[in-house]
Order: sequence, then structure tokens, then C-alpha cells
Amino acid sequence: MAAAGAQGSCGGEDEGLTLLGFWSSPYVLRARFTLNLKGIPYKYVEEELFGDGTKSALLLASNPAHGGKVPVLLHHGRPVAESLVIVEYIDEAFQDRRPRLLPSDPHERATARFWAACVEQKMVPAWAPVFCGRTLEERVKAAGELVAVLETFEGVLAGGRTEFFGGESAGLVDVALGGFIWWLRASEAMCGVKTIDPARTPLVAAWAERFSALDGVREMAPDMPTLLEYHLWTRARFGLPFLPLHQPPL
Amino acid sequence: MAGENNVGLVLLDFWVSPFGQRCRIALAEKGLSYEYVEENIMATKSDRLLRSNPIYKQIPVLLHDGCIIIESLIILQYLDEVFPDTRSLLPTDPSERAHTRFWADYVDKKVYGCGSRLYTEKQLEAGTEMAGILKTLEEELGEKEFFGGEHGFGFVDVALMPFTTWFESFNRYWGVNVEEVAPTLAAWAARCMKRESVSKSLYSSEKVHAFISGMRKDAGFE
Repeated sequence: MAAAGAQGSCGGEDEGLTLLGFWSSPYVLRARFTLNLKGIPYKYVEEELFGDGTKSALLLASNPAHGGKVPVLLHHGRPVAESLVIVEYIDEAFQDRRPRLLPSDPHERATARFWAACVEQKMVPAWAPVFCGRTLEERVKAAGELVAVLETFEGVLAGGRTEFFGGESAGLVDVALGGFIWWLRASEAMCGVKTIDPARTPLVAAWAERFSALDGVREMAPDMPTLLEYHLWTRARFGLPFLPLHQPPL
Repeated sequence: MAGENNVGLVLLDFWVSPFGQRCRIALAEKGLSYEYVEENIMATKSDRLLRSNPIYKQIPVLLHDGCIIIESLIILQYLDEVFPDTRSLLPTDPSERAHTRFWADYVDKKVYGCGSRLYTEKQLEAGTEMAGILKTLEEELGEKEFFGGEHGFGFVDVALMPFTTWFESFNRYWGVNVEEVAPTLAAWAARCMKRESVSKSLYSSEKVHAFISGMRKDAGFE
């Protein structure tokens, strides 16, 4: 199930960067957003993670501790793994490339790192049963809990009163949460519940529109019908019951 | 605990928490004085803790200069950045920093992720997984004296050391004897334990094992 046009170079002069990824992975998207927003050229390699293919030898050798998980960034052959480690690495290794994703003040940096980690520690566990729920009821309940987590992020935007979590421009938290936008949007088709709900989290909803429209982000958007098809295929692969997609209201 | 190097730091902590212990080791390595506040997180949480960390309601919490910093690895990086004249835990080269952060994250995800099954699961089935994790860490350590390599005792060493006091429990509950499974790692742990910053921050394996046993009993697992 490899996406079309998977291989290829992005950008100008060669910085010796290669990103091993998978089209729908929110973690890979974080790395792509970072490189794209900063205008850093890199070679992108789509890994065949499922279906008939197997992980490339390069991927397995580059992230053996995690069994060849994507994303992996290779910089002059040296691997960097774990999406947020990759994002901070790019920010530090290419200091002259704007925007800087981490603020310069240490306390603000600690705060940004905290909220970026919160995406993994709070949002992802809330998201998992929306994707993997065995019954519609389970998925709907999980979606409700996920909205509550996004209300926490709503509070962050309300407190900061800025366009992005990073301030005037996108930062670490925008990139960390941004990778999940399309999966969050897919929840309505999965179980009839909007997880990014303008009625519940208007600031997060506006942020999602704004962030996903940015140059460097927009072009990475997974195609929604393909994303939904992939999620049905993954559910089947893990032996989960088939639950039909919800049709959008006319 | 006001001292020569009193910079107004307060650490909300819990004696046996490996995450709190990381902060204690780091503060000691940096020679920074701080006020230690024991929070009994097993009982009713204090107002100060709940106000400082409303999201997770957990320790450790570092209070500094009107700022609240939470999550142990984030606290460690904050200390490096705010006190640059003290002994640093992270190297300066971006590539080495990425490598360091990756392995600290590995400790969180794998050592803690698997280790915590000691008290979250009734069945004692995680031994094989933990043995694999310890071997992977041993491979990463290689011939180095510390995980920090040329940098010396560093970020990953601090991140992992508190969990070495769980080794006794790995053995008693899962039959995983670190001295047999990963002898170089066991030697590294013994070496680090000689550092005052470490020995003063950690508790004995027996005490930790007693605590873990207590948690299992409270959970109704035994």
C-alpha cells in the first residue's frame, strides 16, 4: 500500500539528509513539516511497512533499538530516530534556518517540550481507542475523551493568545500536534464524532485550519479517502471487527 | 537547604520516585542547593502540587524563579540551560545531543515502560522483554565508562541510574539477574553508585523492592 510518487528529492542544494518514512505516520509528518517549514532540502524514502514489502535493510540498521520504526533521519549517513528528537536535532543542526521551532528562553523551552510530550502521553492514548475500538460505542466514548484532551490544548492557545502554539510562527508543539490533524479529522468518518470540534475547541479548530494551510504542511496532507481505506485495512490486519464508515451529513 | 549556591530552587518529589531521583542526582552533580519537599503522592496530594502540575498531578516538579518545570528529562535540560556554568549533562554537538536524547527516551519507553509492569500487572511475564532491553542498553554502553562517553557521566547515565535499584525486583519477580544477563551494565551501575551525587539520591534495592512488593499487595496481586 505504498503511496504513489513516494521517492524523490525535495528542495535545492544537498544537505546530506535522507528521511525514511511512511506516508500516513503522524510522526513522520512531524519531521517533514520541520524540514519543509525551514526550507531544508532532503531526500524522502517511502518505506514499505506493511503489505507485501518488508522494511528496508537501511531502516532496520538505522533504528535497531525500536525494530526499524519510522521516522529515521539520516544526516551524512548518521541516523537520528524518534520524531521529537529529530525535530530538535534539525532545529539545532540548522540554526540559521527560520523559523526556530524552540524558543530561546529556557523556561519557554521547557514549556514547549512539556506540551509536545503531552501529545504523546495524553492525546495519543486517547486517540488509540477511536482507531482501534471494537464497537461503535467504544469509539464514540473514546472520541469524547479525546475532545476533553484537546480542550487542554485549547487552554494553552487561549492563554497564549497567539496564532500558533509557537507564537507568531509554528513551533515544536504545532509540529508535534500537527502531524495528527488528518487522523483527528478522520474521526468523524470513523465514528460520527468530530474530535476537532469548533463548538468545543474553537481555537484548536482554527489553529488546525491555519497550520494545515501553511506552505510545507499543506503539500504533505494525506488524502482522506486513502487514509480511511488504510485505517480499515489496518483494523482488518489486526483482527478488529469491521465497522462501516459514517457518511457525512448531506 | 540554603547554601552557598542558593538560587531559589524547590523540588517537589517523592522519595522512591526514579524520576525525582534523576533530578536529585542532576542537582547534586551541578552543585546546586535546593529546597527538597517530600510529597506523599500515595495519600492526598497537596494543593501546591495540584496547582503546579494540574495536568498530571505528579512529581517531580521544579519551582524556580516563579517558573514551574515538570517532567524529569525536561527538568534536566532546563537545569543545563539555566545554569550553563555548572557541570553539563548534555553534550554540545547536535548529533551527540540527538543520540543522548534518543537513549534517554529509550529508558523512559522501555526500562520504565516494561519495568512498571512489576506493579501494574498481576502476571509476572515481562522478564524476557526486560532481559532484551538490558542487553540492548549494554550494547549501547559498549566499552564506554559511562553512557555519556567522552562527555563523562551524563544525561543517559542520570536517566537510567534510578532504575538500577529495581534490579533486585527484576530478579526476585522475573528471574532476571542483571549480573548474568548484562554484566557490563551491572558493572556500570556499581561504578556510578560510587558517585556521591548518586549514592545520596538513591535508596537501597531492598527498600525499593519492599516498596514495589507493597504496591503489588495494595493492588491485590498478592
